Amino acid sequence: MIRDGFILAGILFALGTAGVLVRRNIIFMLMSIEVMLNAAGLAFIVAGARWSQPDGQILFLFILSMAAAEVSVGLALVLRFYHQYKLLDADAANKMRG
Amino acid sequence: MLTLVWLVPAIPFGSALILATFGPRLPRKVIAVLGTGAIAASCAISLLIASEFLRNPPSGNAFTQVLWRWIDVAGFRPNVAFYLDALSLIMIVVVTFVAFLIHLYSTEFMAEDDGYSRFFAYMNLFVASMVTLVLADNLLLLYLGWEGVGLCSYLLIGFWYRDPVNGLAARKAFIVTRIGDTALSIGLFLLFTNLGTLRIQDLLQRASMQWPQNSSLPIAAAALLLGGAVGKSAQLPLQTWLPDAMAGPTPTSALIHAATMVTAGVYLIARTHTLFELARPVQFIVAIIGAATLLLAGFSALAQRDIKRVLAYSTMSQIGYMFLALGVGAWTAAIFHFMTHAFFKALLFLAAGIVINALHHEHDMFRMGGLRRELPLAFWTFLIGGSALAGLPLITAGAYSKDLILWDEWSSPLGAPGLWAAGVAGVFLTSLYTFRLIFLVFFGRQGTEVTSRPGFAMQLPVWILAVLSIAAGFPGRSITRFLVTALPGTTETTHGFLSETRSGIIAGLMFAAGLLLAVFLYLRPPIRQPSTSALQRLWQADWGFDWIYDRAFVRPVVWISNLNKNDIVDSFYDGIAATTELAYRALSRIQTGRMRWYAAGIAAGSALFIAIAIFL
Repeated sequence: MIRDGFILAGILFALGTAGVLVRRNIIFMLMSIEVMLNAAGLAFIVAGARWSQPDGQILFLFILSMAAAEVSVGLALVLRFYHQYKLLDADAANKMRG
Repeated sequence: MLTLVWLVPAIPFGSALILATFGPRLPRKVIAVLGTGAIAASCAISLLIASEFLRNPPSGNAFTQVLWRWIDVAGFRPNVAFYLDALSLIMIVVVTFVAFLIHLYSTEFMAEDDGYSRFFAYMNLFVASMVTLVLADNLLLLYLGWEGVGLCSYLLIGFWYRDPVNGLAARKAFIVTRIGDTALSIGLFLLFTNLGTLRIQDLLQRASMQWPQNSSLPIAAAALLLGGAVGKSAQLPLQTWLPDAMAGPTPTSALIHAATMVTAGVYLIARTHTLFELARPVQFIVAIIGAATLLLAGFSALAQRDIKRVLAYSTMSQIGYMFLALGVGAWTAAIFHFMTHAFFKALLFLAAGIVINALHHEHDMFRMGGLRRELPLAFWTFLIGGSALAGLPLITAGAYSKDLILWDEWSSPLGAPGLWAAGVAGVFLTSLYTFRLIFLVFFGRQGTEVTSRPGFAMQLPVWILAVLSIAAGFPGRSITRFLVTALPGTTETTHGFLSETRSGIIAGLMFAAGLLLAVFLYLRPPIRQPSTSALQRLWQADWGFDWIYDRAFVRPVVWISNLNKNDIVDSFYDGIAATTELAYRALSRIQTGRMRWYAAGIAAGSALFIAIAIFL
């Protein structure tokens, strides 16, 4: 049971990471990050359940609020990005090349 | 009264400081009064001290004034202290007096020059350094003065620095004398480590008590001191800088390269005479160097065209006589000759300065001529100075001192007939080149037009020096007797067929022979073209010393410097810089600017570290 929960969290995290790396659309990258955050949250809850502690769920609440903040900042950045480049391709913003 | 001795170097030094700081803003009159007045005050104090010293000699015939402790490190405690005895007294009186006359002369000679205050600042600093050198109670203070005169000599030779040739001559003088200075400083280290003091009197006393005669330590110490003396006094093999030093203004040549500074080597050897008495082989080398220099320089003087270069070679030759005297232990004769030489050589240079100034900076003797009527002052004073230089018997000071040296060469236990013969041959050469100069410049048809005549400030010093060039020889006996309170007297052992009178007569005959040959060669058929035979060219180039040194030292050094232009040591640090730059270029490749790459990097890195944390 607990083992399944961790495996699910791992799969979700891997999917989210793959999404961030593979997708070029910046909105999808944000969504993938959300997936990763939720995977981490799931892992906390499963761990809290395993040791019958409330800490896991408390941390999930933190993650939720943090994710909300992240999305608001992220979407604002996306808007600015779109305003600048007229598209949503993350690779278009490569002016910081060394 | 004797406690005023510290003012003798202090006044010129203070004046030099003021002139160096505020000089360019002062009016010329103030500069002249300050620069000359400082030396005049210094000279007056020296004379006062001398009269006091003669009337009431201090106990032990020496007076030490300790001003303050200079350094105190691990048993090394030199004081800034002045030591006054017969030797240093005569030196400071002569130096300050001649320097005063030359300063007075310079006020007019340099009147047109832009660097008026600079000139007097250097000259005052020079006199201060020279007096410090002479009065120093310990070898370290002496070394300070020694380097001070070296510095001022560099500054004054390169005084007209806009001409690169003068700068080259200044550097040459500095570097060549520096070779000797290095030997001297090593000598000081040697003396201090072995005797534990640098106070000259203590040091000489300890040396004579601790070191056996002719053992290796006194020989090494004396040889190193001799190295310093040879450099400063322009003797073989470090003599090449002196002729080039004539690039400086003529009063400078009179002061530094004739009357005072170049005799510092003579003073050093006389001051540390005990060391040389403990090292007879080195003392013999002193005599050999003197004899060789006086002859080689005499021949070189015969072939010069530049009036000042003739005088430069004659200076080398006359200092050769002093070395000759030092080499046979005739310390007092050497110092007596220093004194007369200071007067007549300063006179010759100042008179030459009048000629050069009158002919609008013409130096070539073959373009002069017939100046006897145009410049009677220069002619008569040159005649007096030249006679003193060549040693006109009975009348001139130079003859008295030179006869004394020649007699000591013969009669001293260290003397040798060969040294005496070299000295006598030197008299002949001196007479020949001196009268060659006089005949070429003052007789015959007129060469270059005379454009200016000397004023009062230039005439007075020349007359005073002319009088002294004759009069300074008469009290010779009392001067040497006075010097014996500080230096060991000469002993006469061998006589052979010569007596002092006969030696003097032979020298007089040599003088006459040189004069007659000069009349025959340069006066009767007025030769107005320099000879260009191979021998003449060799002599004109000072026996090729410059050529040899150029090939043996200058060019290899320049060649090696060129090889190492990119500095081998530096390549290590360049390598560090190159490696860093390479790493920078490689690492900047991964800065692609693509966010997804960075995310991948972060993910891979995190995975790697987690894996390390879990599995290791």
